[in-house]
Amino acid sequence: MSRRSDGQNAIASGAAEFPMSDPAAISLYELGESLAHGDCSSTDIVQALLDAIARKDGRIHAFLHVNAEEALSEARTADRRRAAGEPPRSPLDGLPVALKDNISARGQPCGCASRILDGYRATYDATVVARLRAAGAILLGRTNMDEFAMGSSTENSAFGPTRNPWDTDRVPGGSSGGSAAAVAAHMVPAALGSDTGGSIRQPASFCGVVGLKPTYGRVSRYGLVAFASSLDQIGPLACDTRDAARVLATIAGPDPMDGTCVDVPVPDYEAALRDVERLDGLRIGLPREYFAAGLDAEVERAVRDAADCLAALGAELVEVNLPHTPYAVATYYLIATAEASTNLARFDGVRYGHRVEGADPIEMYLRTRAAGFGPEVKRRMILGAFALSTGYYDAYYLRAQKVRTLIRHDFEAAFARCDVLLGPVAPTPAFRLGEKLADPLAMYLEDILTIPVNLAGICALAVPCGRTAAGLPIGAQIIGPAFEEGRILRIGAALEQARGPFRGAPTL
Amino acid sequence: MNNPTETKAPAMNVEHVAHLVRMELTPDETESFGRQLGRVLEYIGQLQQLDVAEVEPTAHAVPVRNVLREDRTAPGLPREEALANAPLARQGLFIVPRIIE
Amino acid sequence: MSPSAFEAVIGLEVHVQLRTETKLFCACPNRFGAEPNTLVCPVCLGLPGALPVANREAIRLTVMAGLLLGCEIHRISRFDRKSYFYPDMPKNFQISQYDRPLCLGGGLEIEAGGTHKRVRLTRIHLEEDVGKSLHFETTSGVDFNRAGAPLMEIVTEPDLSSPDEAMAFLLALKQILVYGGISDCNLEQGNLRCDINCSVRPAGSSALGVKTEIKNMNTFKGVHRALTYEIDRQIRVLRGGGTIRQETRRWDDDAGATDSMRSKEYAHDYRYFPEPDLLPVELTEAQIETWRADLPELPAARRARFVREYHLPDYDAGVLTADKGVADYFEAVARSCGNPKAASNWVMTDVLRVLGEQGMEIGHIRVTPEALAKLIGLVERRVINMPTAREVFAALFEHGGDPETLVRERGLGQVSDASAIDALAAQAIEAHPGPASDYRNGKAAALQFLIGQVMKLSRGKADPRLAAEALKRRLGIN
Repeated sequence: MSRRSDGQNAIASGAAEFPMSDPAAISLYELGESLAHGDCSSTDIVQALLDAIARKDGRIHAFLHVNAEEALSEARTADRRRAAGEPPRSPLDGLPVALKDNISARGQPCGCASRILDGYRATYDATVVARLRAAGAILLGRTNMDEFAMGSSTENSAFGPTRNPWDTDRVPGGSSGGSAAAVAAHMVPAALGSDTGGSIRQPASFCGVVGLKPTYGRVSRYGLVAFASSLDQIGPLACDTRDAARVLATIAGPDPMDGTCVDVPVPDYEAALRDVERLDGLRIGLPREYFAAGLDAEVERAVRDAADCLAALGAELVEVNLPHTPYAVATYYLIATAEASTNLARFDGVRYGHRVEGADPIEMYLRTRAAGFGPEVKRRMILGAFALSTGYYDAYYLRAQKVRTLIRHDFEAAFARCDVLLGPVAPTPAFRLGEKLADPLAMYLEDILTIPVNLAGICALAVPCGRTAAGLPIGAQIIGPAFEEGRILRIGAALEQARGPFRGAPTL
Repeated sequence: MNNPTETKAPAMNVEHVAHLVRMELTPDETESFGRQLGRVLEYIGQLQQLDVAEVEPTAHAVPVRNVLREDRTAPGLPREEALANAPLARQGLFIVPRIIE
Repeated sequence: MSPSAFEAVIGLEVHVQLRTETKLFCACPNRFGAEPNTLVCPVCLGLPGALPVANREAIRLTVMAGLLLGCEIHRISRFDRKSYFYPDMPKNFQISQYDRPLCLGGGLEIEAGGTHKRVRLTRIHLEEDVGKSLHFETTSGVDFNRAGAPLMEIVTEPDLSSPDEAMAFLLALKQILVYGGISDCNLEQGNLRCDINCSVRPAGSSALGVKTEIKNMNTFKGVHRALTYEIDRQIRVLRGGGTIRQETRRWDDDAGATDSMRSKEYAHDYRYFPEPDLLPVELTEAQIETWRADLPELPAARRARFVREYHLPDYDAGVLTADKGVADYFEAVARSCGNPKAASNWVMTDVLRVLGEQGMEIGHIRVTPEALAKLIGLVERRVINMPTAREVFAALFEHGGDPETLVRERGLGQVSDASAIDALAAQAIEAHPGPASDYRNGKAAALQFLIGQVMKLSRGKADPRLAAEALKRRLGIN
């Protein structure tokens, strides 16, 4: 059983289901074509997806909230615009996307899968949401996640875990596990996630979808509930690279509401995906540290096969070193938790969310926060506050910031020798629910291959590259220099084209 | 803490740090968090092996400066919306237990 | 064994609200007095997902303050998070500046008790203000209108040694900040608040005593009283063989005493670290020089110029330049009427008197400089006399308006019609034959009485010079 034939079977099964039975089995691109040709309406698509959610999500639990009424009403509005002969607002016009539960959309809950935001409804749109709305996209629902994006399995949701559509005994990865599972299970064609240490790429890899972590500063964070402000980025999870490019093109670009969102022009990402039959002249670096001990043999074989596949298209493979990779997890857990310990201080029961009364404000805080946060959030806030506290700042937080510089320099040196880097997304395929829950450190080490990218602030793409013998998806990670999303999407597209797109409804 | 061989993690006073971030812990949590974070700190101790004396810290991932806003007003939230999510509000104010100074 | 004499060592941390249109990190109006929670947005309410973006003008004003106070301007400065929990803190951390503030060093000359002294500054940094709490019986209410307002913190070295010096410093600082257009320094609106650090030591000693901190003073008089009390308290404790505890104290204005703030709070650990949401601020030499060229004239320089340019006595120039608003007002009147002496007299006497009586700031006066200039012109051209002018001024002060219109509408113009005045003179002589004959018989003083009668008959509107001429003519002396 080869991966290639799996991919082709998947296409066949997806196409056979279209249009009404399971429209999300095909991409935003194909749905857009169907709308353009009048083969179906936005309402048809939204209704079919709502049916799919009703049918499947009981087993997956990808969604925390489905905007059924609003989505149908928006779909009808889009259909009326189309019927009136209005030109489409964008390639996403009339098409549904889902939002991770930490992205603010006016009128919707935005609970970050936490009890502490019980009852909270956002009063403003995140910039990415405003841009999706302006593009005519329909917000289908809110996806499950690890509480405040702290986790790598979506088991840390206060509302129960999401399951991997490929094997419901396994995790979908995290923290954007709901978004990845929803796309993989064909409940929505694309979703937004957020990636602080691998939270888009790792679930994309575990669920067999495409996930893109943009360069820090490529996409506005305004309206993304902050976990670690210097690391967080919003990005797309989608069926293929073309869809990911479309969503990225819609949400990327400078924003006066986010001072860290950089004023760099947004190129035509879709144009970068054309003519990918040959990759002559492209140098692909294989970081030795990413193929080190601890890497699952099947994962290693699939990723090396992908490298060979790209080499066959004319790319040159070079071995490179990222010597500080072993320090990335330690560095990350100091910086991310330090920032989080202050970002999450605002959840105090005064202005929004859950409150447990107390005799005075301090007692109210102590009780509210004890009741509202789950154990992983508490652990991380304690670690982060410790790293910043008097007497420990220099040895922990400041030292981590310095090692962060060394990790950044590793990538700069590597990119002097190659155009992109290729490696695995995660050391293993999807693990079983509960397997790592009791051991936070083991869970943290799950992110060792994705974290360095966040620390360096550069961009990376997770693209499916095979399956294990047991049928679990395996993802390859293509890492590019800052603002080279077009380049990594292009290589992902070359891989898709050479091997056949990797999709196909998991057996549900 | 600049001794590169010093990798033993200090004991963290979990209760004290939890109080800094205003979280009441149960005795079970104090015990398990202490144990788990002790291991994490031990792991983090490997950073002490690196010589970073000459390295500049990275606080921001983008090498940009002076991102400033012009001093012009823009509409904010109407009061009803500002207070809509408040657990307790009265007379246009967010209500909390009496602050003891 | 306690020494016979003690001296106080005082340092101040002064928080000044900047005069900007908007808050420090969001586009909400920076305005006092609105209904609670009506000047708020996702950023200053600390809603999940909101991000700060720094206000360019707040940075400019802080640097201007630094330049006026002789500070060194950091070429690269940055913002930091300062963590502590309080209901009026939307994010439970305050965005402030820790080790890279905008301004370092600097100082301010003060004069107290006839001696001059330079008070050194440690630093000036920029931070966001917190909201405001109102206290009820069992609850408190929080208003976030002020949350996020731009606040400049000026920290002095412990160079002050008496309540008078502290007062003189605050007055001098306020004068400069108002002059620079940096802050309105309106104490009633809480534009200027300060924390006091105070210790005492045996006179002549160079070691520092244990200090206490008195928080959140919002009147200069309060600062003076609190310091007077606290210095005395510390000396009494030491004389009595006790020790001073390092602590935060609160000034109770009604009791006229400071008391210890017993809080169940652990010792603060603010956990400062660089604010990841805000990129560093870099100021080029050229930018700083452009701002330096824009620096306003300071009070001492302006006073000297008033003497030189308007030929005013030094004392008058001092009075006029003490308050920037008054100086601006005077200059506008002087330029508009072309008579600096008259402008100075009006401002120093009538204007400052009524402002003092009404407890009003010059910024709120209804008499515009143009109106006062016109009024001066009316007197110069003898259209009205001084008593009428004062009457017109009082009317303008009440209701505003144009003096020329007012004089015309109310018929207040002097009667300068010689035949009308002659008729009144005849009436006065007929009614008072005694004084008339006295005058004829050489009693010159009687003429003043008769002029008064003519004025009375004209209801004050007669031109006194013409009245005198008419009386003399009728009484046969010419």
